[in-house]
Amino acid sequence: MTLSDPGTGELHYPLPAPDPLDPPKEWAELRDRCPVARVTLPSGDHAQLLTRYDDVKQVLSDPRFPRVGGGQGARISDSGGVFDSDMASVLPQSGPAHQQWRRLVMRWFTARRMTALRPRIEAMADSLIDDMVAQGAPADLKAALGFPLPVWVICTMLGVPDSDRDKFSYWSDTLLNLTRYTREEIVAAQTEFLGYMQVHVRAKREQPGDDLLSELTTEPMADGTLLTDAQLVATGQGLLVAGHETTANMISKMVAMLLADRGRWEQLLADPSLVRTAVEEALRFDANPGIGMPRYIAEDVELTSGALPAGTTVMCSMGAANRDAGAFAGAEEMDLTRSPNPHLSFGSGPHSCLGQALARTELQVTLEVLLRRLPGLDLAVPVDELQRVEGLAVGGLRELPVRW
Amino acid sequence: MKVTVDEDRCCGAGQCVMLAPDVFDQREDDGIVVLLEAEPDAALHGAVREAADVCPAAAITVHEDS
Ligand code: HEM
Ligand code: HEM
Ligand code: SF4
Repeated sequence: MTLSDPGTGELHYPLPAPDPLDPPKEWAELRDRCPVARVTLPSGDHAQLLTRYDDVKQVLSDPRFPRVGGGQGARISDSGGVFDSDMASVLPQSGPAHQQWRRLVMRWFTARRMTALRPRIEAMADSLIDDMVAQGAPADLKAALGFPLPVWVICTMLGVPDSDRDKFSYWSDTLLNLTRYTREEIVAAQTEFLGYMQVHVRAKREQPGDDLLSELTTEPMADGTLLTDAQLVATGQGLLVAGHETTANMISKMVAMLLADRGRWEQLLADPSLVRTAVEEALRFDANPGIGMPRYIAEDVELTSGALPAGTTVMCSMGAANRDAGAFAGAEEMDLTRSPNPHLSFGSGPHSCLGQALARTELQVTLEVLLRRLPGLDLAVPVDELQRVEGLAVGGLRELPVRW
Repeated sequence: MKVTVDEDRCCGAGQCVMLAPDVFDQREDDGIVVLLEAEPDAALHGAVREAADVCPAAAITVHEDS
């Protein structure tokens, strides 16, 4: 396609991507020629798409620009889902109140906590791989490992019993997949989820366990107040929505990228100490990270690529920014040794991903365990037969067929 | 090398601790960065520079010539 000309053609967003592991061709063109591009969202509303590293980083890290929502800024789609719902509108989304909530939850996501959690994550990964191996090859690595692992981890943090993990997976899936489910299905799932969480939170107040929600019932915020039931429910809900599908898809995409070029897998087998930088590079190189982060430009701002007037909705494409040759040498090459790797896959600044230490730990553990358990792992279908998932908020692969 | 951190900017992502646990820690109660070593050994300089480069909040400053 050719980049549309304001007034004549419209550039529809998200952009179509022809191949499962390659970015839309327009990314490079947009970065070069049209770094602030007017796009039409699925809702019919308009936004300005940012694709350059410096611009994306500047907007994401500017605390003045909140996420869109609550009637402020463009609507992403008509079907609801995380971008348009008032999913957690009882929690403060920006400013000092957001900071307070974030700091309270943050203590559960420190690097040290993650180190302590690591052996449990490893045991979960081992047990999921046991089951996959017992079923025999070929297997869908996404269904067997990528999808269950992060929801198991979050359920553990929330004190949710193992027997309810599958329900959680389904709810989480409906909450983030704006296009796969009908409005009714989304509403029904949200209602059920909310009901479950309300009961769960009340139970935790009465009988606290050794989990995040239990601790939050008694832990005051910096201003001395306690979180309300509704805020606790929203916290649990938010963590699941934020931490499940994102990580599940990233596990599958990471493994797919590493197996798509066998040399990468062999490089890791030969030197497993590259796992850390390989995970960062997979995060950077991800060609299908979802549509990016929308931001409402509340005040006029000057970017390297031009001025944005107050009232604009921008869509920050972290995926395109991560392949900006101005920020990364050899940006179009996957380099498992790249360091430093200041990719924007977790956002940047005050809203940047709260769960990034957990996500990194889950990705590193998954990779370590796979290298150790299944060194002969390989794709069971040609790369170009992998299929993308259509969800907007988080991109992924429908399945990841593997053998070993 | 001299390192400073800006607690107000820190968003508690823990990247620095994962990269250079001898130099950075996080407060137990809110995850905000704690500087353990303002003048780290030369052997740690690479990890500290990387932490400063990837800190999502740009909360770490490295002063090279001191
Ligand atoms: C624990 C995790 C999360 C919590 C607690 C949370 C909290 C919130 C809150 C409080 C709102 C309402 C905003 C308002 O009233 O102004 C909101 C909206 C939103 N969230 Fe989340 N968020 C979380 C994770 C995420 C993640 C991971 C994403 C994106 C990948 C995301 C994207 C959005 C967007 C785009 C909105 C605006 C939509 C709207 O309010 O109608 N959130 N979130
Ligand atoms: C590979 C996996 C993941 C990716 C790519 C990812 C990415 C993101 C992105 C892009 C944002 C929005 C940043 C912004 O608005 O500027 C975000 C926010 C957030 N993420 Fe993650 N995330 C991942 C895993 C997780 C996990 C495992 C959790 C927790 C269980 C989590 C919790 C959150 C929360 C709570 C927020 C909202 C932070 C806030 O509003 O202050 N994420 N994530
Ligand atoms: S990397 Fe930056 S934001 Fe994260 S804990 Fe360290 S100083 Fe804070």
